[in-house]
Amino acid sequence: MNSSLLPFFQWCESTPVGHAIKESLWLFPVIESVHLLGLAVLGGALLVVDLRMLGLGLRNQTIGTVARDARPWLLASLGVMLLTGLALFLSESVKCYYSPAFWVKITTIPIAMIFTLTVRQRVAAAGIGQATLVTRLTALTSLALWFSVAAAGRWIGFS
Amino acid sequence: MLPFVEWLADTRLSIALHESLYMYPLVESVHVLTLGLFVGLAVMLDLRLLGVTLTQVPASEVIRRLLPWEKAGFAVMIVTGVMLFYAIPVRTYQSVFFRAKMIMLILAGLNVWLFHSRVERRIAEWDMAPVPPRAARAAAAASLVLWAGIIIAGRMIAYNWFDCDIQPQPAFINWAAGCVIPPR
Repeated sequence: MNSSLLPFFQWCESTPVGHAIKESLWLFPVIESVHLLGLAVLGGALLVVDLRMLGLGLRNQTIGTVARDARPWLLASLGVMLLTGLALFLSESVKCYYSPAFWVKITTIPIAMIFTLTVRQRVAAAGIGQATLVTRLTALTSLALWFSVAAAGRWIGFS
Repeated sequence: MLPFVEWLADTRLSIALHESLYMYPLVESVHVLTLGLFVGLAVMLDLRLLGVTLTQVPASEVIRRLLPWEKAGFAVMIVTGVMLFYAIPVRTYQSVFFRAKMIMLILAGLNVWLFHSRVERRIAEWDMAPVPPRAARAAAAASLVLWAGIIIAGRMIAYNWFDCDIQPQPAFINWAAGCVIPPR
């Protein structure tokens, strides 16, 4: 944690969006609820593919089919999560700055996203019919990464 | 019901759970994270029934393959949900959001039962159809709306806007929350 970043976090909280959410009684709960709805859809879009890569769930279908159909929902829910997450962050940036859970989350999000959109995407598109060691490891990595993001996110609220 | 939840609140385990530094946040985290599994896969199934994803996969196959995960996820939701209620019984019992959530949960259960006993019975007729018939789509839409409502109401339980100890409240709120207002 670099202390020269603190002014930036203070500036984030003073932006009109951050300020408006902080001053409002109901904006934060409403945006957070949408963030949770996004979590549910994102969880489903990720799990249906990760389970398939583990040889579970929709195992009569190829990994490629399941991944292709889940992809628009994955990208859409990810978009909702990033937008609402940014809004929530702007309303309590300074609190986040002092929260270790926030730093875990902000580090794991780019790792999870890059992994999902590159490695996992490529493994899924390879058209493998059966779950192999590679697909299983990919799925476990995806699950571990996104679990860390979600768990750290929940913990920001407790700190 | 109120004497019962007041008694619950006085049990040793309830107090321990309420006052624990890590147990309560841990249980709540499991409750929230399991959303991704339970509601997440329910959403994928509902989207299939709406005909907007996995359209080449027979609907019955999606149901059959996802059902074990749904059952497991639901079990976790119920166990952690009961624990969360048990940790804060009186306030939760008198929360309008909790009550709204329970009503929507019952409606969601009825929706599953209706789908299972009526629509799914004739699934062989439309199993391969990319877009299932109207009744199936209606059940899926109702499910999506109800689960969204359950998530939102669940999140709002944390806010004390309508708590019984914050008065005055509109008469409707006091009625819906079952507040006992001592005469002045």
